[in-house]
Amino acid sequence: MKEKLARFYAKDGTKTVLSSVLSIIIGMVVGSIIILLVGISNKSLGFSSVGEGIQLVFGGLFSTGRNAAGSLTFGFNSTNFGNMLFRATPLILTGLSVAIAYKTGLFNIGAPGQYLMGTAATLFVALKIPTTSSTLYENGGVPAPLVWLLAFLAGMLAGALWGAIPGLVKAYLNINEVLACIMCNWIAANLVTWIFEGSSLCNTIESGKTGYIYKTSYNGVATAKLGLDKIFSGSQVNGGILVAIILAILVYILMDKTTMGYQLKACGSNRHSARYAGIADKRNIVLSMALAGALAGAGASLYYLAGNTEFFWSTYQSLPDAGFNGIPVALLASCNPIGVVFTGCFMSMLDICGLQLTNLTAYNEYITDVIIAVIVYLSAFALLIRMLLTSKKSSGHEENANADSDDSGNATAGKTAGADPEKDKNTASAVNAKGGEAL
Amino acid sequence: MTFLIQQTLLYAVPLMIVALAGVFAERSGVINLALEGIMIFGAFTGVFFVNVVQQAGWFAAAKDNGNWIALQGFEVLAILVAALCGAIFSLLLAFAAINLKADQTISGTALNLLAPALVLFLIRILANQSTLYMAEGDAASWFMIKKSTLGFDRNADIGILGEIFINKVYLATYLCILVFIILAILLYKTRFGLRLRSCGENPQAADSLGINVYKMRYAGTIISGALAGMGGFVYALTTANCSANGDVAGFGFLALAVMIFGNWKPGNIAGAALLFGLFKCIAASYASIDINGDGVYMLAQIGLSSNFYRMLPYLITMVVLAFTSKKSRAPKAEGVPYDKGQR
Repeated sequence: MKEKLARFYAKDGTKTVLSSVLSIIIGMVVGSIIILLVGISNKSLGFSSVGEGIQLVFGGLFSTGRNAAGSLTFGFNSTNFGNMLFRATPLILTGLSVAIAYKTGLFNIGAPGQYLMGTAATLFVALKIPTTSSTLYENGGVPAPLVWLLAFLAGMLAGALWGAIPGLVKAYLNINEVLACIMCNWIAANLVTWIFEGSSLCNTIESGKTGYIYKTSYNGVATAKLGLDKIFSGSQVNGGILVAIILAILVYILMDKTTMGYQLKACGSNRHSARYAGIADKRNIVLSMALAGALAGAGASLYYLAGNTEFFWSTYQSLPDAGFNGIPVALLASCNPIGVVFTGCFMSMLDICGLQLTNLTAYNEYITDVIIAVIVYLSAFALLIRMLLTSKKSSGHEENANADSDDSGNATAGKTAGADPEKDKNTASAVNAKGGEAL
Repeated sequence: MTFLIQQTLLYAVPLMIVALAGVFAERSGVINLALEGIMIFGAFTGVFFVNVVQQAGWFAAAKDNGNWIALQGFEVLAILVAALCGAIFSLLLAFAAINLKADQTISGTALNLLAPALVLFLIRILANQSTLYMAEGDAASWFMIKKSTLGFDRNADIGILGEIFINKVYLATYLCILVFIILAILLYKTRFGLRLRSCGENPQAADSLGINVYKMRYAGTIISGALAGMGGFVYALTTANCSANGDVAGFGFLALAVMIFGNWKPGNIAGAALLFGLFKCIAASYASIDINGDGVYMLAQIGLSSNFYRMLPYLITMVVLAFTSKKSRAPKAEGVPYDKGQR
């Protein structure tokens, strides 16, 4: 049993999960410390609010409000759970977007822009084609599910095209993709505002909603609930979460089980040796960014096709958080597509905690952003955390080590020593590749 | 014309100083993607300092007596506080990038996420709204240098140069230019500068000559943080009426573009910053720009959407980078953690 545990611990996957869990715990502890410091230094908040704040940071998902006596109550809250799944949908997809790019050696910080372009395309298609159950148009003739599908595909396509731009300039003009992505983000923010400014899609029916685009349900287009709303009553959840999970599985198959995925990853680990092996490196860079963009666009589509979400069109001053939060989602999952599903849910859980914090205490939801930032910061040296876990393990391992394992240890040591020069060369060429690039 | 030049300077100066911040970090071998975050943090701490000092009433007497030299001293103090806090904040990046050999892009991104979150969290609790303003008055009445502050009559003729450079300006603008020149000389004409640059090109060789690479990289990152913090506060002071709201409108990223466009060289950066400042200025106030003073607002009459002008700085960046990136030469060892054992 002990041995089995040890073997389980020695697996790479286990360590990855452990280091992620450790990052999460440290992040939440840092958040709690900030709440504590602010609570102590601010007289109007007081010490009891500190306790409540920390409780909500850790258990906000289970919060059911306050009872008559004014203290917090906890229990299963179907609204919170359902909303967590609903909010997780775009996060999972932007997380996949960042993950797929990261696996191919690209840092996709352009997810917000791709998300916005996906939003614009989706809303255009979903609201411009009159459906049979539309309240916006008199005599529509297209069945709503077909429009839903078209809108979803349009969102993916727009995201893919927008994502391909940084890929193209990276592959052919040697512009750093981080910078190109950031510029594309702000261009998209202005472009989307421009598209919707004065368009017929701005909500003129409801008062006080002029800053928003119509909900897609006005045109009869909404994601099917698939019975999920019965399980999680009172929440916004719909079938989108299932689509997201299916896409995650597809990405996993693409990256790990197909030649295309292998080629993409080869370009990511060393562009020059991939080219030497006969892989079209430039094409793969563009392809990878386009795939990433398509996923981010899909996230936007699923969020805005829900039928109960509204898009604030004058967006030129800010970029959507769902795009940026894809980065922590992906990094926390070590860019594993299946892991992204879980970390996406975790991030949306933090979101819910933040909302509870705003509603029930004097603190506000930004503390959860601080926690997310700390987690990203820690995942930057995830390697170090993993190494720490390994070294602790190996010192424990020596106690019950036998001659056999010692031997194998030596053998692997010899192997790594033999492989070293080659690895050195690889890193050296990687360094050169980096040096030639702008930024 | 006066308006155009002054506005351009207002936007160009923060860009310039923050781009130089990027140069110091990258020349020492650390990619500082966190410029945006550090700017946000610097802007917040500077404004917070101004707010607290105003509430304490230290400069109330100086304000009442019109003692503008004391008020300018107050402004310089706030800039120093912002620079100090920026430097402290950048230690997070330095520690991750230098000691822990972390991925610099990710840790920079983390700081970019952390700064606005932390700042908004604190502003919400301090001010109970999402923007922190000065405790009393506004930037123009406290810190702006006008004709009246210098003892001229409101309608006095001080010449076109006087109108441009000493009427309705901030001391911070000139301070930034001065700091920019001093630090450019430091980087290129002193022993320290040469050592710093060598760590970004070939740290192994630098180490073999007895230079402490870690120390140099810390120095580069800390100077970078101080400059970015300062730039953030100057931006908030001159363009946002000394208020902080956890946002500097992507200036940190634009500064990165300016740095790359300027090929990591201070002279080119100053030129690039002026160009970008001009476009930013056009985007912000194209409708009220009267180039030759004949009362015709040419840009507004063309009839292009304001969205187009706002998009322009970013579009130009892409186009310019497309033309210059083949020639651009980044420091060789930037972004690569220094490992003593590696040859």
